[in-house]
Amino acid sequence: MASTVRTPHPREKRIIFRNIDRPGWTNDIDCYLRDGGYAELKKAFTMKPEQIVNEVKASGLRGRGGAGFPCGVKWGFIKPGGPKPVYLICNADESEPGTFKDRYIIHQDPHQLLEGTVISCYAVNARLAYIYIRGEFPLGAKILERALVEARQHGFLGKNIFGSGFDCEIYVHRGAGAYICGEETGLIESMEGKRPYPRIKPPYFPAVLGLYMCPTIVNNVETLCNVKHIVRMGGAEYAKMGKPNNTGTRLLCVSGDVQKPGYYEFEVGGITFGELIYDICGGLRPGRKLRAVIPGGSSAKVLSVADRYKIKSRQPDGSMLEKEMGLEEVPIDFDTLAAAGSMAGSGGIIVMDDSRDMVWALNNINEFYAHESCGQCTPCREGSLWMKKITERMVHGGGTKQDTDTLKSVADNIAGRTICAFGEACAWPTQSFVAKFRDDFVAKSAGKENGNGLR
Amino acid sequence: MEIPPELESQIDEVITHYPVSKRSASLPLLHLFQEYFGRIEDEAIEWVARKLELEPINVLELVTFYPMFRREPLGRHHIRVCRTLSCAMAGGYQLLDTFCKHTNIVREQSGHGDHLLKSADGKYSIEFVECLASCGFGPVCMIDDDFFEAVAQEEVPQLLEKYQ
Amino acid sequence: MSAPTELLNVQIDGAWHQFPKGTRVIEACSQAGKFIPHYCYHPKLSSPGNCRMCLIEMGMPKPGPDRKPEMGPDGKPVISWIPRPQISCAQDIAEGMAIRTDSPLVKECRNGVMEFLLINHPLDCPICDQAGECHLQEYSVEFGTAGSRFLDEKVKKPKRVELGPRVTLDDERCILCSRCIRFMKEVAHDDVLGFVSRGSHTYLTAHPNKPLDSNYSLNTVDICPVGALTSTDFRFKMRVWFLKETKSICTSCATGCNTIIGTRLNTIYRQTPRENDEVNSSWMCDYGRLNFHYLNSPERLQTPQIRERDVLVSSSWKSALARAGDELKKFANGQIALIGSARMTNEELWLTKKLIETLGVAHHDVVPRRGEADQILVSADRNPNTLGAQLFGITSENPGGKLSEIVEKVRSGAIRAIVALGEDLTEIGLTVDNLKKLSLIVATGILPNDTTRHATVLLPGSGFAEKRGSMINFRGRLQRLNRAVQAPGEARDDWEILRDLIQQSTGSNGIYLIEDVFRQIAEAIPEMKGLSLSRISDKGVQLVEEGEEATETPASV
Repeated sequence: MASTVRTPHPREKRIIFRNIDRPGWTNDIDCYLRDGGYAELKKAFTMKPEQIVNEVKASGLRGRGGAGFPCGVKWGFIKPGGPKPVYLICNADESEPGTFKDRYIIHQDPHQLLEGTVISCYAVNARLAYIYIRGEFPLGAKILERALVEARQHGFLGKNIFGSGFDCEIYVHRGAGAYICGEETGLIESMEGKRPYPRIKPPYFPAVLGLYMCPTIVNNVETLCNVKHIVRMGGAEYAKMGKPNNTGTRLLCVSGDVQKPGYYEFEVGGITFGELIYDICGGLRPGRKLRAVIPGGSSAKVLSVADRYKIKSRQPDGSMLEKEMGLEEVPIDFDTLAAAGSMAGSGGIIVMDDSRDMVWALNNINEFYAHESCGQCTPCREGSLWMKKITERMVHGGGTKQDTDTLKSVADNIAGRTICAFGEACAWPTQSFVAKFRDDFVAKSAGKENGNGLR
Repeated sequence: MEIPPELESQIDEVITHYPVSKRSASLPLLHLFQEYFGRIEDEAIEWVARKLELEPINVLELVTFYPMFRREPLGRHHIRVCRTLSCAMAGGYQLLDTFCKHTNIVREQSGHGDHLLKSADGKYSIEFVECLASCGFGPVCMIDDDFFEAVAQEEVPQLLEKYQ
Repeated sequence: MSAPTELLNVQIDGAWHQFPKGTRVIEACSQAGKFIPHYCYHPKLSSPGNCRMCLIEMGMPKPGPDRKPEMGPDGKPVISWIPRPQISCAQDIAEGMAIRTDSPLVKECRNGVMEFLLINHPLDCPICDQAGECHLQEYSVEFGTAGSRFLDEKVKKPKRVELGPRVTLDDERCILCSRCIRFMKEVAHDDVLGFVSRGSHTYLTAHPNKPLDSNYSLNTVDICPVGALTSTDFRFKMRVWFLKETKSICTSCATGCNTIIGTRLNTIYRQTPRENDEVNSSWMCDYGRLNFHYLNSPERLQTPQIRERDVLVSSSWKSALARAGDELKKFANGQIALIGSARMTNEELWLTKKLIETLGVAHHDVVPRRGEADQILVSADRNPNTLGAQLFGITSENPGGKLSEIVEKVRSGAIRAIVALGEDLTEIGLTVDNLKKLSLIVATGILPNDTTRHATVLLPGSGFAEKRGSMINFRGRLQRLNRAVQAPGEARDDWEILRDLIQQSTGSNGIYLIEDVFRQIAEAIPEMKGLSLSRISDKGVQLVEEGEEATETPASV
C-alpha cells in the first residue's frame, strides 16, 4: 500500500491544501491554533454579515461541488431578516467518481472546514448547520466530531461566539452510500429523514424552501474552506488569483493512466491538461499515448485527444480571441472547459491512454449511474439501467447493429428531462463517449441485427 | 427488542442534534443499529419508527435505499472493494477476485443488489461498492471501517491477517 | 363574496387565453383544449413531478431595455423560451407565459417517456384488470410507437402482493408515480405505502406489519393510472369495457358519496367514487364501495308473501296488497305503529308520510344508526337520509326517540300492528316472541330477517342500486339515486308498494310515476320548489346553506 504522504509539486499554489501532507501537521485544534487558525473567524466577527457576503461576491468564488455557481450570488438569495430560520449544510458527500479532495481536508485539516463553515453561517445568519458527510468516511466523521468538540471548547461554536451575540451549532450527519445525496435537494430530503429524492425546482429552491422548508445554503467542502481565505485576503485580492470569472485556486484530483496520480492545487486556469499530465503527473505509462480525458468527475463529457477545441478567451485589452487548440493545450478552468463542450465539474480528472477500451470504460460509468439513480423520475430511472444493459451486452460481445444509435438516443431522451441534474450526469458520458469514439462502439456492435423489436 | 442502555443513551443524544424534526435522526439511528448489531433487523426498523414517531414503512424506505444498511448479517469482517472507473482501471475487479480467493468466497455475480457474498464460515463478507473517493490511489478497499489505498493483489493475504 | 380573481394572459400554442391567477399550467392547457398527458399529477394531491409525461415548452416575455416586454413586429411580446422542457403539473401560470404543447420537442419528450415506461413493463394487457382504462394503453396509442428497441431482460419485481385485505399489487406494472403513496398520506392520513430499494429496482410496498387496511384503501386502485393496484374484490371479475356505468350515490352513511355503479347483465360488479367537490371530492370509503354485494344475494326476497295458517306463502301483488290493506283497517289509530327507515328515499318517505296520515298512525319513527365520524368522509349518521325522514315528519329531531315507547306498547299489548318499512324490528329491541304476539306485521324488505319471517304480509322491495329517487345528505344536499340494475323476481320499487298500500284505503290518487311523487314534494316543501327529480343535477342541489345543518364537517375533504 502506497504511502499517504505526498509532497506538493513546486508549480502548485496550495491554499486550501496548504496543510495537507505538511510535515509535523496534525488534525487537532492545538496544531491548527499554533498555525494561526481561527484568526479569520475572529476577523469575520469584526465584520458585518453583509460585508462578508460582499467580499465573497467580490471574490468571484464559484461553487466547487460541480455546477460552479457563484457562491456570493447563492448567498445573496437569502434575504436578511426573514421570518424563518436559515440553515447551512456543508455538502461533504463527495461521491462524484474521480473526485477525492474533501477526504483529505476532512481527515487532515478539519478545522479549516469548520472555520470556513462558522464564518459562512455568520454571513448568512444560520444558527444551525450540518455537515453531511458520506457514509463511506467513518473515520472522517469521527475526526469532524472531535474537531467540533474542540471548537466548542474554545468558544468558536455554541452560544455567543466571541461575545457577538451570535449562536451557532454544527452537527455531523452521516450519509449511507448514496450518490444522489450530493444533489442539494436530495441531500436536504435525506437530512429530513426521507428518501433522498431531489425536489422539483421550481418551487423548491433551497435558498427559499430548503431544509424544513426554510431558507438553506448548501455549499461544498472546498467552497466553505475558500471562504476562510477570502476573509483573510479580502475578496478583491482573492479574485486576483486565477482569471476573471474563474478566480481562486482549484483542487484537481488526477486518476487513471498517469505515472503520478494524486491531488494538486493550482490557480484556476493556471495549468493545461498537457502540463498537468506530463509535467506534474509524470506523464503516461511508457509507450502509451493519450486517448481521452474526463475533466470534471465521471459525469463530465469526455474530451478526446483527436479533437480540436475552439476556445474563445478574453484578452487583456478586453477583446475576445478565438484560438483553436488540441486537448493538451486546453487550460483547466470553468469557462474554458464549458467552451470545450464539457465542464470543470468537481475537479476530478480521469486520464485514459490508448490501451483503454472506451466501451468498457463507458459501461463502467453506466453501471455507476444505474446503481446510483434514485429512481424517482422516469427518464433517469429507466434510461440509466437501459444504457448500462446495452453497453454491458456490447462489452460481452452481444452488440447489435442498432445499439450505438439506440444508446445515444436513450441518453438524449434523459438529458434535460429529469427532476435533477443526475439526468445530465448519467446521459453526458454516453452522449460524449458515443460521439467521440463512435468507431469503437460500432466495432463492438457489428454483429447481429436488432430483430423485430417486438418484445 | 432489547436495546442496551448504552445504545439507547447514544440514540437519545443524537436525536437532540435535530431540534426541528426527530425524523431527521433516522439515518443516525440506523447507523447506530448497524454498528451495534451488524445489521438492521426487522424489529429494529419498527423500533426506530416508534422512537421517531414514524410509520415503519418510512424507515423501511430508507433501509432499502442506502446500500450501507444491511438487513442480512454481514460476515465478521466486511470487505468493500471499489468498483468505479478509476479503481477498475487500476485493477479493482481483480482485487475483488483476489479477496474472494483468499477468503474462500464463491463469487457468483458482481452486480449490485445481488445476494451478499459471504464465506461459508461467516468470517468474511464482500461487496463491490461505488467510488470510495480516493481515485488517485486505486484500487482501494475498506475492511470494516478501515480504509486501504493502492492495494496490490499480493498484499491481500497479509492484509487479511489483521482481520481474523 | 371575495374579490374577483385576477385574470392572466397566457399564450398556448400561439393563441392567447385568459385564466384566473393560480391556475396550474396543465389545467390551463386542458381548459384551452390542449390535453397534456400525465401520470403522477392528480389535481387532488401534491405534485411530485416524477413521471415527466407532462413536459411542455415554456417561455416568458423577453424584457426589453426598459424592462417592459419587447414587442415583435406582430405587436405581440417576443417570447424568450426556456431551453429545457418544463413540467406543466407543478407550476402556476404567470402573466405573459407562453406554452407549446405540440412542438417537435414536446412530442419527442412524450415519446421518450412512453418508451421508458414500457421497457420494464410486463405488457400483460390481456390479463390485466386495468386494460381498457389504462393510461399506459391510452397514451401508447397517442404518444408511443408500435415497436420496441429494448432487447434486454426486464427488471423482476414482486407480483400478486396482498398490500392489505382489499388491494392486490403487481409491482412489475407499477410506474412509480407515487399517487397511491400520496393519497394515503395526504388524504387518508395513514402513511402506510412507500417505495423500497432504489433506481430501476424501486418498488411499491407496505411494511409487513402495517398493511394497507385503511377504510380508504381502494381509492388507491382508482387513482393508479396503470394496472399495478387492483381491487381484490373486482380482480378478474369483468372486463371494464363491458361495464355499463350508472351515476348514483352511496347509501352507507349520511355523506352520500357520489358514485358510479358498474354493471353487466343486471349484475353489479363494482362501485367507484364520482368526483363531487361539494360532497366527497374524488373519494369514497371502502365499506361503502363494497356494500353492494348483498344486492346480488341468492337470498333476496323476490315474491310477495302472505301468512296462511301460520305459514308464509307466495302471493300475487294484488292479493298481498289487498290483504295488507284489509288487515290494517282492523286496528284503531293507537294500535298501529310504523317503523320507517332513514335509508328510504325522499319519495318513499313522502309516501310513508301519506300512509301514516291515511291510516292515522300515532306511533312512528325510524331506526337510528350512529357511529363515529372518521373526519374524512364517513359521517356519524350511518343512515343516508335522516334529513329526509325528519323533513317529512317520519321522525323527529331525535331520530329513534319514540322507539322505546313503541317497544313498551308492543310489550304491553297497546300496539297490535306494525308496518315495518325495510327495517328489522329486532333491531329496535323487540324479541322474536314480541313479534309473534303481534296481530299484524306488514313488512317490506329485500333480505330475510326475523321481521320478514314473522310478517303477516311481506312485500319485497328494491335495493339502493335498483331504484331511482332522491336523498338529502347530512349537509342538506339533495342528491339522486339512479337505477343501475332491475330488482330481482317480482320485487318492486318501494315507492310503488307504498303508493299501492295507500290506495287500498284511498283509491286511485293520481300517482303513476315517481316524478309525480316528487312533484307533490316540490309543491309542499319550500326548499324544493321548482325542482323535479330529473332536474337534480348529477352533483346534487344544496337545499340549506352550508353550515346550518352541517354539524359534523369532514375535516380533510
